Amino acid sequence: MSTYKTLVLAGAILLAACAPTAPVKRLGLGQTPSAEQIRGWDIDVRADGAGLPPGSGSVAQGQAIYQARCLACHGEKGEKGTGPRLAGGQGTLASKSPVLTVGSYWPYATTLYDYIHRAMPLDSPQSLTPNEVYAVTAYTLHLNGIVKADAVLDAQSLAAINMPNRDGFRPVRK
Amino acid sequence: MDLVPQESDAPDSPRRRSFMARGAAASLAAVAVPATTQAATPDNLPPNVPQWMREPGGGFLNPPYGLPSPFEKNVLRKLPDQPAAFPTATRTPLQSLFGTTTPNGLFFERHHAGVPAIDPAQHRLMLHGLVERPLLLTTKELQRFPAVTRSHFIECSGNSMAEFKAPGKGSVQDIHGLLSGAEWTGVRLSDLLGEAGLLPSAQWILAEGADAAAMTRSIPLAKALDDALLVYGQNGEMLRPEQGYPLRLLLPGFEGNMSIKWLRRLKVGDAPFQTREETSKYTDLMPDGTARQFTFQMGVKSVITAPSARQVLDGHGFREITGLAWSGQGSIVRVEVSLDGGRAWQAATLDGPVQAKALTRFRLPWVWAGQEALLQSRAVDDAGNVQPTRAALLQRDGQNSIYHYNAIQSWKVASHGEVSNVHI
Repeated sequence: MSTYKTLVLAGAILLAACAPTAPVKRLGLGQTPSAEQIRGWDIDVRADGAGLPPGSGSVAQGQAIYQARCLACHGEKGEKGTGPRLAGGQGTLASKSPVLTVGSYWPYATTLYDYIHRAMPLDSPQSLTPNEVYAVTAYTLHLNGIVKADAVLDAQSLAAINMPNRDGFRPVRK
Repeated sequence: MDLVPQESDAPDSPRRRSFMARGAAASLAAVAVPATTQAATPDNLPPNVPQWMREPGGGFLNPPYGLPSPFEKNVLRKLPDQPAAFPTATRTPLQSLFGTTTPNGLFFERHHAGVPAIDPAQHRLMLHGLVERPLLLTTKELQRFPAVTRSHFIECSGNSMAEFKAPGKGSVQDIHGLLSGAEWTGVRLSDLLGEAGLLPSAQWILAEGADAAAMTRSIPLAKALDDALLVYGQNGEMLRPEQGYPLRLLLPGFEGNMSIKWLRRLKVGDAPFQTREETSKYTDLMPDGTARQFTFQMGVKSVITAPSARQVLDGHGFREITGLAWSGQGSIVRVEVSLDGGRAWQAATLDGPVQAKALTRFRLPWVWAGQEALLQSRAVDDAGNVQPTRAALLQRDGQNSIYHYNAIQSWKVASHGEVSNVHI
């Protein structure tokens, strides 16, 4: 490219860079995801149960899965292990040694489903089927005395559970 | 000044290095610290001509991605001294750094299920929920959006948590090292939301990572539209894997875990999603047994990084007291330093430019003549927040909370020069 052409080009670029640009409404970047693509990634479960899939699981089924997949880190009854404590601690929150567990602290049972599905077991997250997640959720709640030994949970019954510490949080949005 | 034993880590002779640099093994030789070492010798001090001036030095691209001098091999991130079944974080060596930019290799790490190895060509960001047009974007498409570059700190809300109970025995790195600062480059989240079009009922946005924790937090829409960024650049290069490569959310001034790394999904909703991380984890338990939720902003805070715990002052005379100040609620306007545990205060100078929600370096000249001292720093931000004393913080939050500890730090300087962490 000749020096003259280079100069002209450089000048044009400078002019373009200095020219006021009109506000752009939309850039038109990106694709529109298909409904199937969204469905595959839209895994969250809200506090009110929105997002819970069809399926169900019992405490007994959950106990078997727990013993195979969860016990190694969370201990026999969810009270002792290398992983976070899951059970016990109710009534300790205002003490000098509060014990924060699903039963003593978690405000929503639905969050348990969301979290187990997205992040547990630690070595293979998102591997449990909906029935298995319902079952492990039921067993964890049973360890905390929140559902009975013969309980079976599905989307409706899980969302209806009122956790012991449901009113223990004060949103500040600071 | 460090208590870390100064090992005899002088590299091998320059003659050997320059020979190696000319050979095929040049890059390998530069990575390994030479096995044979020799103690520093006065032969390299005046009036003698140093050995490294007597022959050519190492070659180019040695290695192609440059590394610190082998003499800096102790400047590293570190895990807590106490071993844990599931380590949660590494800490930045604040005592060894200058200015306000944390080098990318020393930026603190916090992750909840390991660092994913993401191929950027196969990474996508999905934006859906209460929007007119759901979007699926590649990393390259995001990099075509108008970009901004801004300096901001990230601090883990659990930084300094042990100080709620008792003075930690470690260094400033151990105590306060879940803090780093960087210059970030990326896209305004508000631009992306404009591209998708928000529906009137939009109030909160769920941000989700592509790690094995599928780390998830709810972001208030006001923050998303204010100064939230989707960043791919950190200190001039692509994010490091442990910082969210190839894309992370950055919420300036908010607790670190909300700046979701490996960002794969944004879902616009009309209420907080009440994820595990914002109910059972990052909430602040008060003495009455209730918990504060959605305490997003990091409080105004400062810490003296030199002199600091585990250091020993190397002689009487002049030195600078220096440290870092920051606030999640705005810009630092003043830092005061006390030499006597908070009775008298003097204004420190601030290195400019002072930027909002960014680290600010402060300095105060000091002559140490062997006297005992209790060093403190106290920061004030432009929202009028004053860094509290530990007593005032405990009065407000009690000792069951483990997050958002921003109290004034006290370092005791003993007459023999040793510096330690004390609560007064």
